Amino acid sequence: MKTIRIILTLLAVLGLGQAVWAQAEKGTVLIKNGTVLTVTKGTLTETDVLIREGKIVQIGKGIAAPQGVNVIDATGLYVMPGIIDAHSHIALDQINEGTNSITPEVNTGDALNPFEVEIYRALAGGCTVSHALHGSANSIGGQSQTIKHRWGTYDPNALKMEGAPRTIKFALGENPTGHGRRDGTQPQTRMGVEFVIRKAFSEAREYMAKWDAYNKAKAVKGFRGAPPAYSLRMETLADILKGNIIVHCHSYRADEIQMLLRVCKDFGVTKVVFQHTNEGFKVAPEIAAAGAMASVFSDWWQYKLEVYYSTAYNAAILARNGVVTSINSDSPDLIRHLYHEAGKTQKYGGLSDDEALALITINPAKQLGVESRLGSLEVGKDGDVAIFKNHPLSIYGVPQYTLVDGIVRFDRAKDAADQRLMVDPKQTVDVTMYENGHGYDFCMSGAEFLFEEESKENK
Amino acid sequence: MKKTLTIYGMIAAFVCAWVIVAEAQSPKGKPGTFALTNATVETVTKGTIANGTVIISNGKITAVGTNIQVPAGAEVINCNGKKIYPGMIDTGTKLGLLEIGQIPQATDERELGEIIPQMRAMTAVNPNATAIPVTRIAGVTTALVLPEGGLLPGTAALLNLHGYTPDQMYAGMEGVVLNFPNTGRRGFGDRRTEDELKKAAEKALATLNEVWDKAIQYHKLDSATGGKGVAYYPEMQAMVPVIRGERMLLIEVNAQKDIQAALKWVKEKKVKKVAFMGVAEGWREAENIAKANIPVIAGPVIAIPTREYDRYDAQYANPGLLRQAGVKVAIRSNEEGNGNYRNLPYHAGFATAYGMPREEALKAITIVPAEILGVADKLGSIEVGKTANLFVCDGDIFETKTQVSHVFIDGWMIPMQSRQTLLYEEFLKREPGLTKH
Repeated sequence: MKTIRIILTLLAVLGLGQAVWAQAEKGTVLIKNGTVLTVTKGTLTETDVLIREGKIVQIGKGIAAPQGVNVIDATGLYVMPGIIDAHSHIALDQINEGTNSITPEVNTGDALNPFEVEIYRALAGGCTVSHALHGSANSIGGQSQTIKHRWGTYDPNALKMEGAPRTIKFALGENPTGHGRRDGTQPQTRMGVEFVIRKAFSEAREYMAKWDAYNKAKAVKGFRGAPPAYSLRMETLADILKGNIIVHCHSYRADEIQMLLRVCKDFGVTKVVFQHTNEGFKVAPEIAAAGAMASVFSDWWQYKLEVYYSTAYNAAILARNGVVTSINSDSPDLIRHLYHEAGKTQKYGGLSDDEALALITINPAKQLGVESRLGSLEVGKDGDVAIFKNHPLSIYGVPQYTLVDGIVRFDRAKDAADQRLMVDPKQTVDVTMYENGHGYDFCMSGAEFLFEEESKENK
Repeated sequence: MKKTLTIYGMIAAFVCAWVIVAEAQSPKGKPGTFALTNATVETVTKGTIANGTVIISNGKITAVGTNIQVPAGAEVINCNGKKIYPGMIDTGTKLGLLEIGQIPQATDERELGEIIPQMRAMTAVNPNATAIPVTRIAGVTTALVLPEGGLLPGTAALLNLHGYTPDQMYAGMEGVVLNFPNTGRRGFGDRRTEDELKKAAEKALATLNEVWDKAIQYHKLDSATGGKGVAYYPEMQAMVPVIRGERMLLIEVNAQKDIQAALKWVKEKKVKKVAFMGVAEGWREAENIAKANIPVIAGPVIAIPTREYDRYDAQYANPGLLRQAGVKVAIRSNEEGNGNYRNLPYHAGFATAYGMPREEALKAITIVPAEILGVADKLGSIEVGKTANLFVCDGDIFETKTQVSHVFIDGWMIPMQSRQTLLYEEFLKREPGLTKH
């Protein structure tokens, strides 16, 4: 074992292993003397965190810095797990396939853009990991990629969080029905949304049965016959039914949330996370009983009919009813201050510091199936850390350093104005944009031809 | 006798129960004389008073300080451990105009036409809009309601967020909105080329100048004839008070080039009463804005930078940099669309976290907007004689977790209730829960 490691190290030194290593650069660093908000194991004052080769190896007082290791002096600062956003569309060149009500064959992992400056800006808000979700134009959208904000890489694949479970986007309500109405296709109603999802699952069951029969027959000596036609669409749906993919379902109204719970129950799908979930508070007991989870906005409402009956107390009601809840951004602005969004649950529902911090750390980690590696400061977990001046739930909290896999990817003291990795030659210098991006969800990006007025494109 | 008593008792109990139920379902604002005692009073203009008392009577603040005699009959609210602030003023809202986004029937902020200053927000404001209680129980007591759209999309109104008619809400100020010709992109969906943008801006500026010159002529004719010799011309009639300096011109301008052009235009046209709004790239022109002595209403502060190559915190830092250069700065939330004007103190808080002194940021959402809009004699601070717009809370109002416990608008004690709080009460422990029986 030791020999293998030595050989690997030698290979790396010689540059032979570079291609592999470049994809997951890992750092060693000692964070000294901070107030450590572990989220899961309480708050530790004047405590050190040692990260070695991208993993947290020790948390305690008075850890001596190994020779040659970088030290960050966190005296007077707050050290928390890297913030995780379970609903984002940054670092994506494309968001919506939307050419059919069912497109599980596509994957946002194929549309990653490591040059988007929004990755850096997310880091400047302490956010180290996001869920690059497909859009919500169709009922079953594309598979989605969990990414680490490894700003600086030119390799799209290096953003992918290795080993993160597969996820897929579903969408209910106004977005898929609006899309259907404009296209003249199903679904155009919430009845239709349920139907297209049931139909897809049913067809996938038939597909699986055909392949099972074929594989069984093939095992018998002397079998002659052709295999069933291969379909990536059906393969993906089958993987959902087998529990290999976590469903992340864009939803607003209580009735449609219950609808999907029923459908999932009927088809044995258990890994379900509701996204937006603005009326989740109305059916919190049902969501909790089904073991489903919810990822919500802190306070957005009013931007369309299906969010009209929202309340900023949503996250607190869901949490108090036992639903694993996260606060997400769905916005290149909000992703930069999720700590503040989480803080709003203290105003709206009186959550404790640890409960509020869990909404942007361990809970989204659970929703992405990466809680064994992320979401809290514990020995053995990834070295994804955000270091704040002032408490992160305070309005005066300002991120100072953000580390991904033990590498400092944001350092406020060294922040230069222009952080672009590559200048787009088509971009004219003096053309500016100004809007905060609040007031609509970004889920319809790429499908904005549907809205003449409210169109917004994914840059 | 005994029986009669019982009947009276039952009637009394019934009446009480009825009153309680009625209150619980739709509580009303309450006028009266109130004494807020033992509070830390953030007067904004006259420092912080520890262990202070504020007396509210007949809609006005009648006393502020320590050793204040509580008037007979006053309702005393012990604010021990709490703070009192003047009501916050959000100078960037669509309150009452926009009920639900994406539903044309539920939005009234955008009329057809490029030159329509005669369209008044006051006309279309719905005093019963759902967003009004949501906003005011957070301590935002006053809002500038802005129409939007073309070059001159209408006349904005300043409203106090309590009342059943727009007149009851009127806070004494209207202003004509000008969207200054814009060389920047309006947003992610604006796909015009740079050339197209430039041409559109030039054309708009020519139109603006034409309108302005015409308005001057109209004003002269109107003055010369005592208002009798002019034809019905609603656009010009709406512009005349602006020409005369009786009404403010609120210029929405954001990109650096446009700010430069607007500074030049205001100077050339000698616009008398003017403020800039938005001013996202104000930090690039801070010295020149200060030199021109034009006040600004900056925001949203919690927003992404206007350019890809700008520092990530450009918008957070903008109000502080403007102030540092000597510009008079108000902060607005402009959280239109998602209905979150209640987040105004957080915009000021972010400005503070990224460099603006805290007292300046607090002024930027209280006294400074009042001064800019010309209503500082009534609003924006806790001083004797001012309108009793104020609120009580349990900490620093910029801090996210701070809870507002009492709000007064025009001296009325406001019910601390909105649809969002009602939903919380109903659904925190839903009944029936999972099972009905």
